[in-house]
Amino acid sequence: MVTAVTSFGRSGTSDWLVQRVSGVILLVYFVFLAWVVLAGVDYASWKALFGQTWVKVFSLMALLSLAAHSWIGLWSVVTDYLTERMMGTTGNVLRISAQLVIALVLFVYVVWGVQILWGY
Amino acid sequence: MLQVSIYRYNPETDQKPWMQDFQFDTEGKDLMVLDVLEQLKAQDSSVTYRRSCREGVCGSDGVNINGKNGLACITPLSATVKNNKLVIRPLPGLPVIRDLVVDMSLFYAQYEKIQPYLQNDTPAPAIERLQSPEDRAKLDGLYECILCACCSSSCPSFWWNPDRFVGPAGLLQAYRFLADSRDTATDERLSRLDDPFSVFRCHGIQNCVNVCPKGLNPTRAIGHIRTMLLTRAT
Repeated sequence: MVTAVTSFGRSGTSDWLVQRVSGVILLVYFVFLAWVVLAGVDYASWKALFGQTWVKVFSLMALLSLAAHSWIGLWSVVTDYLTERMMGTTGNVLRISAQLVIALVLFVYVVWGVQILWGY
Repeated sequence: MLQVSIYRYNPETDQKPWMQDFQFDTEGKDLMVLDVLEQLKAQDSSVTYRRSCREGVCGSDGVNINGKNGLACITPLSATVKNNKLVIRPLPGLPVIRDLVVDMSLFYAQYEKIQPYLQNDTPAPAIERLQSPEDRAKLDGLYECILCACCSSSCPSFWWNPDRFVGPAGLLQAYRFLADSRDTATDERLSRLDDPFSVFRCHGIQNCVNVCPKGLNPTRAIGHIRTMLLTRAT
């Protein structure tokens, strides 16, 4: 048992499941967006589309999935390459700094996304 | 003449590793890579490698042959040599002790971690613990592992986290005991594996499947462990 307090759900099984489920949600959402865009949009139809509650809910679901998916994925990347084993203490400093930046960016995206979805 | 290039490193005399080139006459025979090493050692006795059974049973002579891990004793030249070149290096990702000999401590530490022995807390029967042929069949493809480390040392996830990721060899053995009908410690075993590193650092790269000299499939075993963890926790 390896301890990890910065992983998304503290458990490998939970992270794995969240990563798969959020991946499916993102896939469906981006196919949906691509389909809308390819069918042709203008300002009026785009605003009408995002005026519907189900689109807002679906978008927020995708946004939260994006945040969780990114955290789990990038956490794996930084704990592979930016480690004490690879580069000594520098690895720890770089890894924790990278995790702070990633967490900050994802938090801003989520709050900003909510504002965009319900603010206009 | 076969162009043979061998990784050389003696920490007592060499500043850094170097490649030694040999010209080798196979006399038209399809030798095993180990035969080539043995004959080169006769020429230059300082060439160092591990070997024992010379028939793919002991797992001592795992080396990197033309970029792919394998057992020198059961890899024929015809299966690996292209453009008349044979490059032999130590297994990647493990510290080199000398030439082709690597320090396997990290590999064994992971093997030890999964507690590779039968655990059963029920009273021992008078003769032996019986197992149905169907239950015994579940261990096929698992028990054959000879711990040569070809798989784990070809796995990028194991290169980056050899102290935290159990690795394909250890996980294949972990599943060997999880799948055994005579073992009663399944739940404790799974609890020890349910962290983000031990099992879940496997990203399905499948280098392990590609190199296993015994034709085993660690990725499939890891998939079974993941299913067991998921079934238990949902």
